[in-house]
Amino acid sequence: MSEQTIDLKKRRFLTKATSVVGAVGVGFAVWPFLSTWKPSAKAKAAGAPIDVDISKLEAGQLVRVLWRKKPVWIFKRDEKALESLDSEDLIKNLDDPDGTGNSKNQQPNYVTSNFRAIKNKENVAVIVGVCTHLGCSPTYRPEPGAADLGGDSWKGGFYCPCHGSKFDLAGRVYAGVPAPTNLVIPPYQYVTDSLIRIGVDQQKT
Amino acid sequence: MNNKQSWIDQRFPLSKVINEHLAEYYTPRNFNFWYFFGGLAVVMLIMQLVTGIFLTMHYKPDAEYAFASVEYIMRDVEWGWFIRYMHSTGASAFFVIIYLHMMRALLYGSYKGPRELIWILGMVLYILLLAEAFMGYVLPWGQMSFWGAQVIISLFGSVPIVGPDLLVWILGDYAVGDATLNRFFSLHVVVIPLILVVLVFLHIVALHHVGSNNPDGIEIKKNKDADGIPKDGIPFHPYFTIKDSVVVVGFLWIFCAVVFYAPALNGYFLEAPNFIEANPLKTPEHIAPLWYLTPYYSVLRAIPPLFGSQFPGVLGMFAALGVFFLLPWLDRSPVKSIRYRSPIYKWILGTFVVSFIMLGWLGVQPVTPLYVLLARIFTTLYFSFFILMPWFSTLGKTKEVPERVTG
Repeated sequence: MSEQTIDLKKRRFLTKATSVVGAVGVGFAVWPFLSTWKPSAKAKAAGAPIDVDISKLEAGQLVRVLWRKKPVWIFKRDEKALESLDSEDLIKNLDDPDGTGNSKNQQPNYVTSNFRAIKNKENVAVIVGVCTHLGCSPTYRPEPGAADLGGDSWKGGFYCPCHGSKFDLAGRVYAGVPAPTNLVIPPYQYVTDSLIRIGVDQQKT
Repeated sequence: MNNKQSWIDQRFPLSKVINEHLAEYYTPRNFNFWYFFGGLAVVMLIMQLVTGIFLTMHYKPDAEYAFASVEYIMRDVEWGWFIRYMHSTGASAFFVIIYLHMMRALLYGSYKGPRELIWILGMVLYILLLAEAFMGYVLPWGQMSFWGAQVIISLFGSVPIVGPDLLVWILGDYAVGDATLNRFFSLHVVVIPLILVVLVFLHIVALHHVGSNNPDGIEIKKNKDADGIPKDGIPFHPYFTIKDSVVVVGFLWIFCAVVFYAPALNGYFLEAPNFIEANPLKTPEHIAPLWYLTPYYSVLRAIPPLFGSQFPGVLGMFAALGVFFLLPWLDRSPVKSIRYRSPIYKWILGTFVVSFIMLGWLGVQPVTPLYVLLARIFTTLYFSFFILMPWFSTLGKTKEVPERVTG
């Protein structure tokens, strides 16, 4: 054996290089496992649009349907309710009444600002019934002046039982509640006057 | 017998392990009521593992069958109701014990050096246990399972930038559903229990290395006799194994009373809406997590949204848990035990305990302006305890700590 000294510098370099290559390998090996948690092809395919017949919907009545596994409310508002949505009395209590602030991505651009519904069909609202705070489904409380929701300042709307967030009949959030933004309006269109398709944007007219 | 023992000892350090952890593990002789709960926590862990294994033999982790399979266990499987109620009551009993176990550490300064690592391991165990209990509560797929999961998982959606993608990744779908239930089953039944068992082992190894604290907060290893045995220590076995077995019998007596006569404990151990199958269209009128999670839930509700995001509240909730980890370094008092602390410290610790209990109580109440205000006050007091601790823990006059344990 010839005389050999241990080259510590080289050894350290080799240790580090091996560790780095090994870590990259571990990273690649972990990826398939983490990927199994992503929505499967089956889950992705289940997001198709749905049709809802509203011919039998009465004023004040609300129906719930499932779209992409989320509850969607379709309900009819009477003249009085529409008037109150437009009134300063209500608007002054809202966080972002015209949907230009925090809530600017919560609705498609073809809905009208105070009613958040398709133009000329303002009496029918289509709203994703998932609270923007932590995902509970708020309760429908259309009666104005409900004593447990603040009496006179309550103009009818939705109340989230989980954390007390309040929304008006257009899904706009009240100021000072846990939910940070207005409720989501899904893309929807009228196939006929009494048939709504949820999940597809309104065609340009 | 001796032959057999030495045969094993040549191949595995059996006698050494038995001596180190039982027969020659010297425990302070002045242990009191507060020292029951470590042993009881081990009993609970074993009970949850055994009942859980038997429940798994009948339960179906499928959104379509889960609820029905739990009802099947309750009605059709012989003694199935007993195993199920032992498991569900066991979860709450486990937390009663863990909270008392943690209270003991707060009273006698057991988290202080040289036991910081025991405290940290314990805190990791506590957080894992919260996760384990939460996922377990999802499995019966009742209304509270579903909506509780919905709320807790939504917390991750509020993380800036990556939130929405993270949320979908955790759910495995675009909403809480079968994919979520199935992975929670795997985590609840395999992953977390496995980690829990390993960490409990490490928690105990670390404890036996430094030795137990005691109500006087004195290191008994500082006073040894000629044989090197602590003068104030007695062997864990047989003294404390006997004592603890009496405690276990007493505990099981209370435990069985709950299992047999009040398994839902008026909605505190099992909530009424959870006896209705999960319905993604309708949130129950009143939703609250189980009692052991409610203090943190109150903190979450107390913090208003900032900059159009509820992330600050989520951060506050996790901070309320995380801040416990810093306790060994925040406490700068020269004494460990509450017996020798200054009067002002006793008052402040009392305020903290009251705040924690009040936050827990507020977490099951509906949201009203008064309760929100109270939750904010108690959240402030809660965090003040930790933030101001480096200052107030040195205030006032401490009593003189004796050389040897008392009582």
